Amino acid sequence: MLAGLFPLYWVLKASLAPEAALFAAPSLLPREATLEHYRTLLAERDFWRPVRNSFVVAASTTVLCLALGSMAAYALVRLRFRGKAVLLALVLAVAMFPQISILGPLFLALRELGLIDRAPGLVLPYLSFAMPLTIWLLVAYFRQLPPDLEEAALVDGASRARVLGEVVLPLAVPGLVTTGILTFLYCWNELLFALSFTVSAERQTVPVAIALLRGRYQIPWGQIFAASVIATLPVAVLVLLFQRRIVQGLTAGAVKG
Amino acid sequence: MAEVRLEGVSRIFPGGAVGVWEVELTAEDSELLVLVGPSGSGKSTLLRIVAGLEEPTAGRVWIGGKDVTALPPQRRNVAMVFQSYALYPHKSVRENLAFGLRARGTPGAEIAARVADVAEALGIGPLLDRRPAQLSGGQRQRVALGRAIVREPHAFLLDEPLSNLDPALRIETRAELARLQRRIEATMLYVTHDQEEAMTLGHRVAVVNDGRILQIAPPMTLYREPANLFVAGFLGSPPMNLIRGAAREDGGFEAAGVELARVRPPGRAGEPLVLGVRPHEVRCASGGEGDGPEALVELVEPLGSQTILHLALVGGDAAGPLTAVVTPEGAPAHGERVRIHLPEERLHWFDGRGERIRAPV
Repeated sequence: MLAGLFPLYWVLKASLAPEAALFAAPSLLPREATLEHYRTLLAERDFWRPVRNSFVVAASTTVLCLALGSMAAYALVRLRFRGKAVLLALVLAVAMFPQISILGPLFLALRELGLIDRAPGLVLPYLSFAMPLTIWLLVAYFRQLPPDLEEAALVDGASRARVLGEVVLPLAVPGLVTTGILTFLYCWNELLFALSFTVSAERQTVPVAIALLRGRYQIPWGQIFAASVIATLPVAVLVLLFQRRIVQGLTAGAVKG
Repeated sequence: MAEVRLEGVSRIFPGGAVGVWEVELTAEDSELLVLVGPSGSGKSTLLRIVAGLEEPTAGRVWIGGKDVTALPPQRRNVAMVFQSYALYPHKSVRENLAFGLRARGTPGAEIAARVADVAEALGIGPLLDRRPAQLSGGQRQRVALGRAIVREPHAFLLDEPLSNLDPALRIETRAELARLQRRIEATMLYVTHDQEEAMTLGHRVAVVNDGRILQIAPPMTLYREPANLFVAGFLGSPPMNLIRGAAREDGGFEAAGVELARVRPPGRAGEPLVLGVRPHEVRCASGGEGDGPEALVELVEPLGSQTILHLALVGGDAAGPLTAVVTPEGAPAHGERVRIHLPEERLHWFDGRGERIRAPV
């Protein structure tokens, strides 16, 4: 716990320290604090833009991924058809390509589609990389839901779509949230695709923006640290928030009235 | 309500295991037909085939005179009560009851009225806004039943609906279910492994084993005239004594070296036969009176209103065990020797294949 949190603390401390103190002898407690780096970063360099870009890309990928992934996973779990195991294996195989190996072809394909330097140009490749994990996680989650409930709903007259929407998904919320967080984090942190498929500064996502902060003659460490904090904070808040909701979801109705 | 008919229905599982084999079965309109059998006998599979949750590999399913074999469960208009109740945990009782009506596009006002009616009838009105997790076992069972009733389906399919209740509540709910069935004149297919439930609830009872229906008859007929060894041994508590032996030259019956005199078996001498006699019909005389075979009292189990005796026939090479139920007054004690009398008119005879031999007239 301590070992895990220490680097975070160190980054936070460094982001608040004045430039000169960064290169002085390290000390555990900050001697003086300044918000100077944050001011420069947000005011002069408009760091809100990459944050906004990242959020748009990550959020739309997550939503699409959950919507499509849950339908695919449900079909894989409950419907009877030939070659189900093969299909699941293929889905996993998609995720096994190293990103770097398909970078070139992907770039050409996106250019053909006119999606380079546009948000969908990132959502699409992210979706294809996040989808296998989503499907596998949701397949595992759906499998452990009692089949009785779905059968009851079917006999009650509900269509497959209604069963999925009204019975399966509400029960799978904890699984959906977990999967969603993982997808969101993957998109939020992804650097390679984001670096390759964005050209203009207006489209940069957070990891790209941080990577490109360094100037030609100097590395603004203070700003980089500040940017790291800004990149980490919303994610941490999001995860904590959703985690509370998961716990609430699990315990709701369990108490006898 | 409607008639439910299975016509030559078989279900072979992938891998070749036989779930159900060539079943012919009709539940008449407004009949409560019980399917009873040990676990794994195929009775639940039969129910699931009627519901449409499982596809028969052969045969046809008719509901209300319509061939529904190819229809999905949504379009069969049957209601099912699951052993686990299968209540939607994230929905309130009200939403649970309304779900089936909503799925069928019933207008909102009518849904509300019908839900209220059923809740009133089952006494779950005050629970309508609770979640299933906040209900007791008995209350959940009622909601599951209510969810079926509110839809006014062609037929009810109940899969061990009482087996998760504690014994006292089970008996109470059983009687309630019987009254309810009569009131709404529902066609019900009721699956259970509990012979007591089968006997008390069923207008007719179908005994199922190994995917086959061994006998369908009113409960008392099953009890009095079991069609085969399985039915004979399955129904009745304690179970019927089944004694393997053969007819003798002189017309008597010999089982494992013990001669049961006075017993007149049907069939020719030397033929293998099974003699069945209910424990309640076995007469025991203490003090060596009578001329029946002698037996040793090995165990005495007093139940209050009656006493169960475990007897061992004396003599012969392998004396068979025998159970008798007697009144507690004057019951023989442990270790005592008694003489057995088996009343001729109460005996059941089965041939070598286990089929009942009809009494020669």
